[in-house]
Amino acid sequence: MSPRAVVDRARAVGLDLIAVTDHNTTENATAVLEAARGTGLAVLPGIELTSAEEVHILGLFDPAAELGAFQDEVFRNLPDVPSKRKFIEDQVIVDAADYVTGFSPRCLFGATLFSVHDAVALIHGHGGLAIACHVDRDSFSIISQLGFIPPGLSLEAVEVSPRLTVAEARTALGPFDPLPVVRFSDAHKPEEIGCATTDFIVASPGIGEIRLALAGQDGRRVIPS
Amino acid sequence: MTLTDLAARLGLRVFTAGIPLDRPVLGGYASDLLSDVIGHGRKGDLWVTMQVHPNIVAVAVLKDLAGIVLVNGRDPAAETLEQAAREKVPLLGTELAAFELVGRLYGLGVKGS
Repeated sequence: MSPRAVVDRARAVGLDLIAVTDHNTTENATAVLEAARGTGLAVLPGIELTSAEEVHILGLFDPAAELGAFQDEVFRNLPDVPSKRKFIEDQVIVDAADYVTGFSPRCLFGATLFSVHDAVALIHGHGGLAIACHVDRDSFSIISQLGFIPPGLSLEAVEVSPRLTVAEARTALGPFDPLPVVRFSDAHKPEEIGCATTDFIVASPGIGEIRLALAGQDGRRVIPS
Repeated sequence: MTLTDLAARLGLRVFTAGIPLDRPVLGGYASDLLSDVIGHGRKGDLWVTMQVHPNIVAVAVLKDLAGIVLVNGRDPAAETLEQAAREKVPLLGTELAAFELVGRLYGLGVKGS
């Protein structure tokens, strides 16, 4: 998933907005933001954070956000287990022209020490939106790991995987009210980009507008897919 | 076999002081996926897990479990302990790993379904 391949594919399938959400790292978001510059594709930096309960929580941020302190906090809470070289070699850090500039030495597929509540608070503390990922899946979902969404967890939305529609998810797993339900591709390969999408009725593809749409405020809204 | 018996024989730590441990343990279940426990746990089971999130208390209440044992020396989150006290769910702990604890429980007659 090189930055230019991601941008090219996203544009080819007609997307206006994507988010870069690697497991436990934001290190490659800037490269994709730069690769998309001037193309008309909007890119949000983000993360798919693994909580201590092994729940995946999506964090989406403003492109102008300084995420260095956020990332430092994530790495401080990601146990530094020695990783095998073959895994490290898959964890490339790239620039906007697809050149490999380094490797992320941490075991990025591991769980952080953050509880889901701490993970959401950390994302919010850096101005981000927190979304429970692929809640319909049998692993790494807040439903699979914790049985139900804990009361008082201040998520902005829940996300369902491309396997089913929002309506099917509501029937199978419960209404999720009052949380809005979005559906994203969770693409791990370029050809998966756009395999599930969500339409946001917004004035511009920025984090503030997405926040309003998820909250259903000021005429902004989400169209369930 | 009651929780009192099991706690004494296996040296389990009791986090919820004051909650009676005289309930009979009818069986056991081991899982770290709460959705799985909701699906397969049975009334009167002792639940062996390393999850410490407050939701474990709600699952124990929902399934009318006999109690929860946290393995690997894990301490319950503060809110988990508060909820366990409020809901009167016995919360115990051990330094043992799940495999070893379950083996010892089985040896004492606590069986799965």
